Amino acid sequence: MPRTARDVVFVDGVRTPFGKAGPKGIYHETRADDMVVKCIRELLRRNPDLDPATIDEVALAATTQIGDQGLTLGRTAGILAGLPQSVPGFSIDRMCAGAMTAVTSIAGGVSFGAYDIAVAGGVEHMGRHPMGEGVDPNPRFVSEKLVDQSALFMGMTAENLHDRLPHLTKQRADEYAVRSQEKAAKAYANGQIQADLVPISVRRTNAEAGETGWGLATADEPMRPGTTLENLAGLKTPFRPHGRVTAGNAAGLNDGATASLIAAEDVARELGLPVKMRLVDFAFAGVEPEVMGIGPVPATEKALAKAGLTIDDIGLFEINEAFAVQVLSLLDHYGIADDDPRVNQYGGAIAFGHPLASSGVRLMTQLARQFEEQPHVRYGITTMCVGFGMGGTVIWENPHFEGNK
Amino acid sequence: MSTTAELLKGAAELFPDEVVTAAHVRHIDLPQGAGKFALITLDNGLDHTKPTTFGPQSLANLNTAVDQVEKEAAAGDIVGVGITGKPFIFAVGADLKGVELLKRHEDALAIGKGGHDVFKRLSGLAVPTFAYYNGAAMGGGVEVGLHCTYRTVSKALPAFSLPEVFLGLVPGWGGCVLLPNLIGADRAVSVVIENSLNQNKQLKGAQVHELGIADALFEGADFLEQSLIWTASVLKGDTEVVRAEIDRGAAWDEAVARGKAIADGKVHGAAPAAYRALEIIAAARNGDLQQGFDAEDQALADLIMGGELRSGIYAFNLVQKRAKRPAGAPDKKLARPVTKVGVVGAGLMASQLALLFARRLEVPVVLTDIDQARVDKGVEYVHGEIDKLLLKGRVNQDKANRLKGLVSGHLDKAAAFGDADFVIEAVFEEMGVKQKVFAEVEAVVPEHAVLATNTSSLSVTEMASKLKNPERVVGFHFFNPVAILPLLEIVRAEKTDDASLATAFSVAKSLKKTAVLVKDAPAFVVNRVLTRFMGEIQNVIDEGTPVTVAEKAVEPLGLPMSPLVLLELVGPAIGLHVSETLNGAFPDRFKVSPNLAAVVKAGKRGFYVHSAENPAEPELDPEVAALLEQGDTVLTEEQVRDRVLDAVAQEIGLMLDEGVVAEAQDIDLCLITGAGWPFHLGGITPYLDREGVSERVTGKKFLAPGVASVPA
Repeated sequence: MPRTARDVVFVDGVRTPFGKAGPKGIYHETRADDMVVKCIRELLRRNPDLDPATIDEVALAATTQIGDQGLTLGRTAGILAGLPQSVPGFSIDRMCAGAMTAVTSIAGGVSFGAYDIAVAGGVEHMGRHPMGEGVDPNPRFVSEKLVDQSALFMGMTAENLHDRLPHLTKQRADEYAVRSQEKAAKAYANGQIQADLVPISVRRTNAEAGETGWGLATADEPMRPGTTLENLAGLKTPFRPHGRVTAGNAAGLNDGATASLIAAEDVARELGLPVKMRLVDFAFAGVEPEVMGIGPVPATEKALAKAGLTIDDIGLFEINEAFAVQVLSLLDHYGIADDDPRVNQYGGAIAFGHPLASSGVRLMTQLARQFEEQPHVRYGITTMCVGFGMGGTVIWENPHFEGNK
Repeated sequence: MSTTAELLKGAAELFPDEVVTAAHVRHIDLPQGAGKFALITLDNGLDHTKPTTFGPQSLANLNTAVDQVEKEAAAGDIVGVGITGKPFIFAVGADLKGVELLKRHEDALAIGKGGHDVFKRLSGLAVPTFAYYNGAAMGGGVEVGLHCTYRTVSKALPAFSLPEVFLGLVPGWGGCVLLPNLIGADRAVSVVIENSLNQNKQLKGAQVHELGIADALFEGADFLEQSLIWTASVLKGDTEVVRAEIDRGAAWDEAVARGKAIADGKVHGAAPAAYRALEIIAAARNGDLQQGFDAEDQALADLIMGGELRSGIYAFNLVQKRAKRPAGAPDKKLARPVTKVGVVGAGLMASQLALLFARRLEVPVVLTDIDQARVDKGVEYVHGEIDKLLLKGRVNQDKANRLKGLVSGHLDKAAAFGDADFVIEAVFEEMGVKQKVFAEVEAVVPEHAVLATNTSSLSVTEMASKLKNPERVVGFHFFNPVAILPLLEIVRAEKTDDASLATAFSVAKSLKKTAVLVKDAPAFVVNRVLTRFMGEIQNVIDEGTPVTVAEKAVEPLGLPMSPLVLLELVGPAIGLHVSETLNGAFPDRFKVSPNLAAVVKAGKRGFYVHSAENPAEPELDPEVAALLEQGDTVLTEEQVRDRVLDAVAQEIGLMLDEGVVAEAQDIDLCLITGAGWPFHLGGITPYLDREGVSERVTGKKFLAPGVASVPA
């Protein structure tokens, strides 16, 4: 039977405010599954025309699928969120690109016709599940020198990237980080972030961490508005003596969750659901694990080629700021200025935080809002680097595009 | 220090072991830019199995929290104040342990006033206050929320009640006054009186909202978030809270009258709490809150110093705590697993037991009887009952299939019981028959199998005496209706070994029954006390006192039903049979009434005829009246009451001397759970103590001072 690929759209996306991982972080006593459950519920509340029984799948990503991030989270979170038992779900992992991969996997199914509408998202509670929890790398990686020893330590891979591209100096990375904080503060002042945040109740019983009792997380905890170059200059370089990567020019260790609704465009239109972005193409690519930050370059090349577009067609960029140098390496590759106004208009992970497997949908939610604000833009990309040497890029089309006027 | 703080400090000194609840104040930014908000969390620092309560120090902590938010509100630093609980629990009210310790009226008054003084501050802040009922809320927990301007409730909230009247108190921290002023007198009567007296029935979250107690209802998954978003919207004026108008006219009087009828129906005027609560509700109609709070304080203090409440708390502790740790039960590690149950007999009682075992133990249950028709009828009955459960939605189809599959019948005992671990007999109440049945069963069951008898009055020791292994026999005496009455008297016969007894207790626990260990004495506990009690009523009737006088004489006790109505429920023939057994054992105290024998002989089912028009007041059946041959000694109600209570006290004294149970507490636990005797009597011994009956009859009280009375 002949098939026709269907257009896939991003209907809506929300996220929790991101928190700082650790005993003093806002989410220290909050379960990861509860965080993503509340995102799913918010999606349903925001889209009352959507009958939950028509959701075909729940794909949720987590890097460390243990404890409250385990137990086939896509299924269990669906039940906890109050979705009908008839709605299935699964868990997915591509480390930092978990949520992005949840979206692209679902998109593949939608395009194929297996799904009409589905939930895709991710969660990472790095306080409850520190990076590397429970890992057991095969000794062959080292004995056969399959990867460099630094490949498992993301900060070291960022230092390696500085080595490879020595003109991307610490100074440029710090300047980029300061701008990220400034842009994020401005976006908050303009209310461009809060509209897609799900408030999360947070309990605290440890008085050393602050006021005890129930509280409410309504804003990103990691933000450091007013950060200056001077502030950043003095920070330690934990991954290498006299190195370049600091806590100031990288995303921190964070807790957070995201969720999005992905649908076939005809179904979304029929149900009267919003169509915020149209999927053009996506690609993932592998690179040497010890310079994983370069991953977005081949991924973007591949996606553009498949879509028949060039970098000049891209009007907005949402690049995950795991490390400033990794963003700079992509911009450098395409000859885009460090402070190009099309790039990360609301700031990025350096300001908001990067709870690994959840971040992909944050990029999409922000790009979707920028599309709405900027109908003159036709295409945008969300892209991120991924541990163990990968990159992922998704190209989106702006449904609000008003043509080349 | 404020006077409230001083008051509470004094009270806290009386209660050094209080599990203290903290009142954490945390500031949050409300959504939608609604402003800075102070959220108070009530938390005793323990998990949800230890619910948050209010003792004096806990109230003092809340008072300190209110000091803080009051200042912030006055200074304009916050736009509102919220109060909520730890996960799964809002707060479950006053700490009863603290109430038990109170010895003086003025201390009791201070506790009432202390609670009021703290709670009512929540309605007098410069900003609106919000209660978020996130989980279980009872008594003072409910009341603290009633003092707030607005309330939300979680759909997941499993239990919400004002249980005070159930225990013998009034909702005394605002409940009697604020609730009718919030939702009207009729609904308030339902919560304060009707639910409370209906075995402390709990409301669910949705009902709390429907009744108008909460202004908004949110699902459990993100209850607090949605409550705070709603709060922001109320504070910004985007959401208007509309409440139903309260009818302060005739409906108020009707509601109070309805409450009184409910109380009369349950306690027959014998316990004061419901009536005191109704007085306050009646007066609350004028909306004068302070006047109402003062009345609550007074009622609370009076009741705390009264015997009914102390009995109520005692009874509550018996069913909540002693029932879970049966006195004298052997180490539960000795219990053997029960993977298949046999039931000898397929009559009504046997079938009911089969159903209960199948439902609770979820193991195969095999019925046997003397012919196939009886076996089939028994199995059919159980399957029919399972179908009824299915129809009512109590079990789903899969469960119904499973349960039906578990229950089967067999004529051949060897085939039926060859691999049974526990076999209970429910055959005709005759020693010879039962001995024969046990001998047959013993011949076919595995060596470890426990043999249990549901006899109500025969000697278990004698029943076991002819067996090869009498140590495996236990008494397992249920009360009718088996599915409803919680009591199970477990009888240790002379040779019963610990392992068999431990197995019996383990089975009882799985059956969710309240097991009490009793000695193998005639009629065990409940039937012996009840038979002595009814026997004495029958005696005075036989001697010449009119039936109505005899019946009315015990009305002030507030028993669930009158003696002769109870006789009708039990069946006169069974009543007669038990009295004959006890007469055989103790002829000087238990008579066999010729009048009762005549009634049984005439085939009457009871003394009364019931009319549809007036079911509450049945009339003496003229045919029964004609049968009665009475003497000419006519006693007054008071004389009858004294004789009956003296008889009961004497019997209980003798039972304790004989060691039928470990302590008087077990007799009370049996009477509460097996005969439905009321909390305000504490079963019966607290009442006999406080009325001076036990001292008059036995020379001493059954219970030490403070156990079910104001401590010395």
